[in-house]
Amino acid sequence: MAITEARKSGSERGSTARYEDVACPFCGLLCDDLKIERKGDQLKVLNTDCVRAVSGFERNLPASSPMVRGKKVGLDEAVEAAAALVRKSKLPLYGGLTTDVEGMRAVMQLADRTGGVVDHVLSEVQYRNLKVLQTNGWITSTLTEVRNRADLIIMVGGDVQKFNPRFYERVVSPPDSMFDLKPVRRTVVFLGKAPDLSLLKGPRVGEIVVLDCDLPRLPELLSALRARLRGAKVHELDIPGITLADVEALAERCKAAKYGVFAWAPPGLDVPHADIIVQQVAEITKDLTAITRFAGLPLGGNEGVVTGAAVCTWLSGSPPRVSFASGQPDYDPYLYSISRMLASGEGDLLIWLASFTPDLLPPKTKLPIILLGTPAVKPAQTPEVFIPVGTPGVDHRGLLVRCDSVVSLPLKDLGRAELPVAADVLASIESAL
Amino acid sequence: MLTKLTGGKVYDPAHKVSGEIRDIYVRDGKMVPPEPNARADQTYDVKGKIVMAGAIDPHTHIGGGKVTIARMMLTEDHYGTEVPRTELTRSGSGDAVPSTLLAGYRYAEMGYTAGFEPAMLPANARQAHMELADTPMLDKGAFAMLGSDDFFLRQLAAKQEFERIKDYVAWTMHAAQAIAVKVVNPGGISDFKFNQRKLDLDEEHIYYHITPRDIIVTLARALQELGVVHPLHVHGCNLGVPGNVETTLATIRAAEGLPLHLTHIQFHSYGTEGDRHFSSGAPRIHELLNKNPNISIDVGQVMFGQTCTASGDSMRQFAISKNASPKKSVIMDIECDAGCGVVPMRYRDKSYVNALQWCIGLETFLLMEDPWRIFLTTDHPNGAPFYTYPHLIRLLMDKGFRDDMLQKINPDAAAMSIVGSLTREYSLDEIAIMTRAGPARSLGLKNIGHLGTGACADITVYRDDANRETMFATPELVFKNGELVVRDGKVIKVVNGATHVARPAYDKSIETSLKHYFEDYHTMRMGNFAVSDDEIENNGKGALIVEPGRARAS
Repeated sequence: MAITEARKSGSERGSTARYEDVACPFCGLLCDDLKIERKGDQLKVLNTDCVRAVSGFERNLPASSPMVRGKKVGLDEAVEAAAALVRKSKLPLYGGLTTDVEGMRAVMQLADRTGGVVDHVLSEVQYRNLKVLQTNGWITSTLTEVRNRADLIIMVGGDVQKFNPRFYERVVSPPDSMFDLKPVRRTVVFLGKAPDLSLLKGPRVGEIVVLDCDLPRLPELLSALRARLRGAKVHELDIPGITLADVEALAERCKAAKYGVFAWAPPGLDVPHADIIVQQVAEITKDLTAITRFAGLPLGGNEGVVTGAAVCTWLSGSPPRVSFASGQPDYDPYLYSISRMLASGEGDLLIWLASFTPDLLPPKTKLPIILLGTPAVKPAQTPEVFIPVGTPGVDHRGLLVRCDSVVSLPLKDLGRAELPVAADVLASIESAL
Repeated sequence: MLTKLTGGKVYDPAHKVSGEIRDIYVRDGKMVPPEPNARADQTYDVKGKIVMAGAIDPHTHIGGGKVTIARMMLTEDHYGTEVPRTELTRSGSGDAVPSTLLAGYRYAEMGYTAGFEPAMLPANARQAHMELADTPMLDKGAFAMLGSDDFFLRQLAAKQEFERIKDYVAWTMHAAQAIAVKVVNPGGISDFKFNQRKLDLDEEHIYYHITPRDIIVTLARALQELGVVHPLHVHGCNLGVPGNVETTLATIRAAEGLPLHLTHIQFHSYGTEGDRHFSSGAPRIHELLNKNPNISIDVGQVMFGQTCTASGDSMRQFAISKNASPKKSVIMDIECDAGCGVVPMRYRDKSYVNALQWCIGLETFLLMEDPWRIFLTTDHPNGAPFYTYPHLIRLLMDKGFRDDMLQKINPDAAAMSIVGSLTREYSLDEIAIMTRAGPARSLGLKNIGHLGTGACADITVYRDDANRETMFATPELVFKNGELVVRDGKVIKVVNGATHVARPAYDKSIETSLKHYFEDYHTMRMGNFAVSDDEIENNGKGALIVEPGRARAS
């Protein structure tokens, strides 16, 4: 297959242009109201100061070239070298996988063909949700539904600002909503670490309640809440700073809500066995739905992790942590963790794909690495093969699935740089096998 | 290139061909008139074999968010069901909710060449099309779900001009790249978001104060006047509720002559008679159906075993989530647009209720006089996975086999049903109508589902086996666009099918109000909501077929 340097875009690269309704690929909310201006290879975000959008779009793009063992080579030569490594490999590990739908499709096809293992760099975090989905299931909602409907929003694990900076602006406190909510102002409850409350402002924000506790205490707090909601007695609660009366008051708020929402970002629940927190939330939601309406709202979803899970699932039957080594998709969320495999000396080649932020680097390993990365990526060890790739939604078009797993958005080609598309590179490697 | 199939017994009901022995000619992927003197590049001797167009499944949940949620949740369905890759085909897993690639291969290996996803939420249309794009072998299409979306409900509640409602329906079909429109628990999915648990045909939505009857009639009339060929595809109120036969009868009457398609009607044919207050309403429904030629149906046959129900009907799915087996479920409120519910289900032949559901489905098939108005479905995977179709066909074609099976089910259920007394056996002609010509005509598919000149050469050749299950499970040859893609029930060539859409005309000014609506209330812009042609075509990996409709009437 002939590889093009980048898929054709409608606009001349390097010139000046302005784009509207741009979807942002740098967090799971995929806000699509951005206005962006391009001058040369510099982008400027014109209508938001969201740190993720600004740092993502405006990041300087260093000069880059495909490299084999640290030496600059042409793209075809790099693809050939990558194909030689893949051909030789008995158990290639396809990791990172911060990419869009088309990139993920190409990974799946290559992994199936080469008997590889597929795992996303944020899988461990995402399994805080997936384990609950796979054991008990849940009741959830989506961004637009919550924006228009919720009268009580309970943020579990504290602040989501770090992961989804515009959540408060776009979902918690929008200027308008559809259903003449009364009261117009929403109650927002924080369970866990108190956030910077100055971030939470706007015409729709009413009472703010903080039940401040250490994250590892959340399962206890939620269990007490669940017990109270079910009418069971709770004799004592040993969580510093939180009294039984606080829990009682929260239970009453939940029962009085017309449409209550528990929102959390899985990466914000950074404690061992965090799935227990999500499970408690899911079960409380089910209990409350017997009397009123309640729903969960999974946030986070950055770096294409929700997209990766969706594409891997529809193509193989299961989300990442799938091995094709036996010729068929074997699913095991423990065994096929690439970090576990590397630690125990499994696998003989690491193919790492990092097309959004440059921070998610391949882990330290003795294995040879093929790195398909945005040019800003600076790995700790020199990969055998490095191929710079474009960022979907910046350097080429793409598709991503949002954090709520329902909506997907088209990403625009903003004409920043002539960089190969990861899906094309992977397809070329496959063709060269 | 000219391909010739000689000596087969041809069933092509669209052209009133019923078991005639004739030669079939294919040139460059299309059916052509006989060219007896031309030298064929390829000739297949199909003497003594049965020849039909490729089969069409008009209602199968194979693509879209809820199916992938089901796949992700139901790990049990993906252990022990893995299928290895071959030189030709990729690997996959799953029975009730197979991976997309497996679904495509399996359908083709059963002689199917097209399948339609019936519950595409417009907010999830992009993903539905991505999954359908990854479903090889089949032509496909999807029905846009309307009727619990707030834009429409606001239009209706505000008594907006009917032409604007039509514009919105047509705009949605374009934006979602749909071939038809489906309504699911009309208004009920929205009502559930307001903590309501039931919405009968003439009950008012608690917020909008409109009724499911208003919604059904408005949408049905809109589609008729827009010239959309497939009538409103109705998943009615009260799915699965004993006594819902009354709702179904009232829905048929509510149509007042407007065309409607009542989908998976088996789940809507329940009476409350007998000791267990659960009985068949199928005979009463059929009495009315036989008098109302404006109504078509598909069955949603229940078959015994493990499956997973997946539906837009969040209200009813929440209600049945307590019966989930294994015990887990997902219920979602979605984007002021729709909802979904995924509940795994195991239908047991020894269960009175499940066995009676099985009987009611069979009664529905056997009582329907006009095969052009009934389509063979299990509402995959809701009643059963689609690979049970050959077994179902045998049940319909073979009274002796049916009676044997009847002996195995819960005896009280068998006694409550008239199935044992029904002697009808479906003919091959009727099977060809139900699985090819009927769905094609109903959906407005011009060039598939028949073998007339100009049709796509999607052809299935079966061995004429007295065991109809064996016969329909492993066709000898399947051609897709004239290419041989399946031999002896195994894929021998992987191809991609096209996406069929309908594009009724609309006044672009509707986009002004939609643009404001999206900006004021949504978390997505109108322009990004719509799925573009480019996305479907995806650099030549997919193709669009715009089916002709009738002119818009006002």
